[in-house]
Order: sequence, then C-alpha cells, then structure tokens
Amino acid sequence: MELALEILPQVLLDGLVLGFMYALIALGYTMVYGVLEFINFAHSEIFVLGAFVGVEVLLWLQDAGHLAVLHPGFVLLLVIVAGMAISGLAAMALERVAYRPLRGSPRLVALISAIGASFFLQDGLRLFESLWRNTFYLNYPTLDVLDQTLPLASNLVVPVKSLLVIATALLSLAGLHFFVNRTRVGAAIRAVAQDPETASLMGIPVNRVIALTFFVGGAMGGLAGVLFGLHYSLVNPYSGFAPGIKAFTAAVLGGIGNIPGAMLGGMVLGLLEAFAGSYLSILTDGAFGAEYKDVFAFVVLIAILIFRPKGLLGETVREGRA
Amino acid sequence: MAAFGLLTYIAASCWLAFIFPQSVLAFLLVEASFLLLCYVPAPPKVKLFLGALVLLVLLPSLGAINGYYLEIAIQIGIYVALALGLNIVVGFVGLLNLGFVAFFAIGAYLWAIFGSPQANEFIAGGFFPLSPNWFFPFLLLSIAVGALTGALLGLPVLRLRGDYLAIVTLGFAEVVRAVFNNLDKPINFTNGPKGISPITKPPLFFKPWLEFFGWEFSDATLYPMYFYFLVLLVVFMIIIVTRRLEDSRIGRAWKAIREDEMAAAAMGVPVVRMKLLGFAVGASFASAVGVLFAAKQVFINPESFTFMESIGVLAMVILGGMGSIPGAILGAAGVTILNLQLLKGLSLWLNGLRQSGTILTLPLLGSYPLSELPVQFEPAKYERMIFGLILILMMIFRPQGILPPRRDQKR
Repeated sequence: MELALEILPQVLLDGLVLGFMYALIALGYTMVYGVLEFINFAHSEIFVLGAFVGVEVLLWLQDAGHLAVLHPGFVLLLVIVAGMAISGLAAMALERVAYRPLRGSPRLVALISAIGASFFLQDGLRLFESLWRNTFYLNYPTLDVLDQTLPLASNLVVPVKSLLVIATALLSLAGLHFFVNRTRVGAAIRAVAQDPETASLMGIPVNRVIALTFFVGGAMGGLAGVLFGLHYSLVNPYSGFAPGIKAFTAAVLGGIGNIPGAMLGGMVLGLLEAFAGSYLSILTDGAFGAEYKDVFAFVVLIAILIFRPKGLLGETVREGRA
Repeated sequence: MAAFGLLTYIAASCWLAFIFPQSVLAFLLVEASFLLLCYVPAPPKVKLFLGALVLLVLLPSLGAINGYYLEIAIQIGIYVALALGLNIVVGFVGLLNLGFVAFFAIGAYLWAIFGSPQANEFIAGGFFPLSPNWFFPFLLLSIAVGALTGALLGLPVLRLRGDYLAIVTLGFAEVVRAVFNNLDKPINFTNGPKGISPITKPPLFFKPWLEFFGWEFSDATLYPMYFYFLVLLVVFMIIIVTRRLEDSRIGRAWKAIREDEMAAAAMGVPVVRMKLLGFAVGASFASAVGVLFAAKQVFINPESFTFMESIGVLAMVILGGMGSIPGAILGAAGVTILNLQLLKGLSLWLNGLRQSGTILTLPLLGSYPLSELPVQFEPAKYERMIFGLILILMMIFRPQGILPPRRDQKR
C-alpha cells in the first residue's frame, strides 16, 4: 500500500501527459464526426505524419548545424508550426481525394475508404522514409532543455518535456475553444455540424467549411504527433494505430461530436490508462500487469458503447442507417 | 468450340508449368484458367468438368513437381474460406466486421493448445498432445466454438450502429490477440509471444490403403498433398453451405436487413436474431479454417492474427464484390496471388537487377546505376499499401466489386 501511495503523484503526471495527447488527437475524430457523421479512420496517420514532420525538421536543423545555435524556444515553435501545417494540409488533401467523392454514399463505404487511406498512408510514410533516410524508425534529436527535470518532491520529478506537452496542449485547446465558439468561422463549423442543408441555404460554403474542419482537426493531430515525438523520442510509421484507437475511444467516451467531451474523454482515458498500467500489477499481485494497458482502452470503449453510447457529455446519437 | 479452346488453354499452360517448374509466370497462367472458366461461355457441365480436372488432377500433379505450387494453392484455399465467411457478415448481413481474424485465431489456438504439449501446462496427467485422430472431432468442435464466440460478441454489440460496430469488432480482435499474447502467466495457457509448437497434424488414415496398393510415400511428400485436398474439401463444403443459405429464408432475411433494417423488422424479420446468426455462421467458418491453419503451420503465435489480416480479408471481399460468392473466391485468390507471387516475384526481380549492376540510361533523365536502388524498396513489404489502394479505389470507382451479385446487376 505504501508503494501505491508513493508512486501516486508520478502516475498522475503520466496520466495527465497521456490524457492531453489523447485529447488533442480525439479532437480530430470528434470534429470530423460532428460535421460528417463519419469516423475518419486515417486520422491516426495524420497524427504520425505530424511526428515525422517534426523529426524531419529537427534532423534538418541538426544537419545544417543550426540546432545548437538557435534558441530552443524558437526551434520548438518552428517544429510545432511545421507539424501542424503539414498535418492539416494532409488531412484536407485526404478529404478531397478519398472522402469527398463518397459523400452521400452509405456510411460504411466511407469508413472502408478511410481504413484504406489509413493503410495506404502507413506504408506511404514507410516508403518515403525508406527511400529518403534508408530507415523508417526515426529518433528525435535531443534538445538539452527538454531533458532537464524539476524535482518538485521526493516522489515527483517533473521532466520539462511533460510540462511542454501540458502547456502546449492547454494553450491550443483554449485557442480551439475560442475559435469554435467565438469566431464567425467557428459558428459556420457549428452550423454545418447541426444541419448541413440549412447551413448551405444560409450561405455557408459547406464544402469549404468541411475542408477547414479537416484542416483544424488535422493540425491538432499534427501537434499531438510532434508532442508525442518530443516526449517519447522514437517514431515509426505504425506508431499511430494504438494512440489513434485510444483517442477515438476518448472521443466516444466524451460523447462523439462534442468538443469539450473529447477533451474530457482524453483526460479520463489517459488517467485510467496510467493507473491501470501502474496499479493493475500491484492489485493482482503481478498476475496481470502493464501488458494489458492497451486492452484496457478497448474494454472501456466496449463498455461505454453498451451502457452509455452517448458518452459522458454527448447527446443521444441519432439513429441513422448504416 | 469454346470448351475446346478452354481445354487447349489449360493443357498448354499446364505443359508450360511442367517444363518450367520454377517459373512464376507459367503457374500464373495455370491459375488464370479459372478466370477463363468463369468468363468464357460454355455449357455448365463442361465448365464443371474442366474445373474439377484442374483442381483434382492437374494442380496436384504440378504440386508433386514443385511443392511451392501446393503451398500457394493451400494458402489461397485458406483465404478463400475466410473471405467466404466474412462475405456472409459483410456481404449478406451488411455488418462491417473489422475483427474477423479473431475467430480464425480462436480456432487455431483451440487445436494448437490441445494438439500440442501446451495443454499439459494446466491439465495434469500428461494426456497431451492429443493423438492425430482427435483432429477431425476438433474441426467439428471449432465450428461450435466459433459460432458460440461469434454469438457472444454479437449479443451485446449488435444493437450498435454500423460504424460503431466496426470499431468494436476491431477492439474485440485486438483484445483476443492481446490475451493470447499475455496469457502465459499466471497460468501458462498460450505460451505468450513465443507461440505454440509442435502442433499435431491430421491423421494419415489412408496410408494403409496406399500401402495396400503398393504405393510408398514418405510423410513429408504426403502431407502437403493431404492438406491441399483437405482445404479443398473444406472450401467446397463452405461454398455449398453458403449457397444453400443464400437463397434460403435465412439468407433472404439477411439481405432484407442489409437493404433496410427498419423495413425488415416491420416485415417480421427477427433482426437481432438474424444478425446474431450471420455473425455466428461467419465466425464458425473462420474458426474451422483456423484449426486447419494451425495443423498446417505446426507453429503458431499471436503475430499471425493481426489487424492487417482482418483488413486483408476485407479487401478480398470488397475487391470481389460484397455479397457475391464467386466474387469472394476471386478476390481471395487474386489478392493472395498478388501478395505471395507477384509482389515477391517483383522483389526478386529488383534484387536481381540490383546485383547485376546494370546502368539504366534514360533519355533526358541521365543514367542511373541500378545497384544504387535502395535496399528498402521491396514491393513485397508493402502489402498494406496494396490493401489500402484496393479499398479506396474500389470504394470510389466500383463499390459493387468485380463480380457483383446477380441481383444487383439486374437493377
């Protein structure tokens, strides 16, 4: 029991970091679901793309010898902006190529196309990196600032990179909240989510709003990707699958289509996973341990869908035809 | 006339394959004879006779020369059976199941655990491995176990809407894989990521008969042939069951649910029960094939049952045409051949080019020494890209598949 209390602050911190990452990715799922009622299965690859853009920019700076000279804050800003921009554009391109031609067809048709896009992008990234760097397992170059730690207490050591993740995520979540709820464009997005036909009668360019939604969701995913890379250092084209599926779980947990719900769901799932990873083995005397933490998200997902399909904050999902 | 042409083609392609036993191209020509059988107008009896001739006589004899052909044929058979199973769930009932491989895994592990010394880990007495004679009872048992797990999964989730259902089945498959991967402790049920081996093969019950006729074969030559015919038999039975189901009350109820669930319910179709039945039937096919797969591979571990396998089978069903039996067969054969033969062949060819040191000279683009072709560029490693492309392109340009079911053609 002492051990359980001893590690509690650290577990909470890990859970928060994971939770913010899931929340950022979940936004992409939930925003797209909000406007199109469609699960963008390839969003996990948009996330990985962000991580790869980040590592490429950092490696480029390193090779050019700028990494040691430039101010680390500037470097981070550059990496984050590049990751967000390229992921956002990729999400828009994906919508144009693989989803728009299918709008209006049955829901499953678009989902199958999205799964195809996800698989295609995974190997596309692998092919590109194989040809370009001759390997597709890439390591983030180290930034000295990020490797420092702040020992807050005897049992809580806060790495700077965790702080970076939390601060950046908070800032962008607040920004997104402002964008969606306080600007005209945000109002257009909400209008399309409520009723695309009426929105188009009101003079809202629905296609452009949908593309914009993909851009914003993709950019959030890209940001999560860069943060993921900076925090865990190692990326490969397939590392998006597990975070992607968990973020989707988070979106459903919070109530899909609901932006605050995605943030809440992400936090809850991140904390749950961190607790499961650390305490499952203590509680069961080592019989079941951290190896089940990936399963955990699925069990949560199945449980919510059965018992409370509308999620924590969501409204009842409209009964549509699949 | 057409029948004569077909016969000539089959004879010629087989002759080529006999002369060049290593040639991928010759074998592809033999395989293409099935495609011709499908499309060339000829009396059904002639087609049936020619198809049986190729499947029962010519392919096994080719396989006796080059065992690789048999291996390919067995793999194709396994995927055809899986595709037919998924075709029931996705094509007939219209439920997207992204975790189909889970049932395949359950069947495979069922025989792997009891058909190997693995079960001694948790059942005392040293009864295991079970004798080969238990293989066929387990094949039957796996049908029941598959149906039961299919129904158990379906029971809570079938009320979900289509796209949620897809994600939940995906989650189910990942849970199953994780459980197989980690259930080596506290009690060692599955031996974890190390996998299980050696798995007992089916009994050679016909060996005394062969010896009676004076034919002596070693087990090593007998087994591939045996598995080939076993897979053929299983696929044949699955085709018959599926065809009988398709036009029965049940099959019509499934299609009614696929077309319009509410209308079907209003017409008195017991929607949930029918969906459960579809889930169970598809799952039982996959589970039975899993038993065969485990016995053929001798060794299995959770790596064989990843999400990618589910998507691969889905790509086969979609390529061929959802809801169409010939489509599922064609899709499975096509994708398997593409993966196992065409891509591998292309990789080998590129490797050869790389080692030959030829310098490619293109007008305007300059010259490029092929030895500098990146080693990582191997088409065989990019199956996911192929599956992805198949799914996207089919959805955009031909959502009904290559061989759509007849009823849809009339519309």
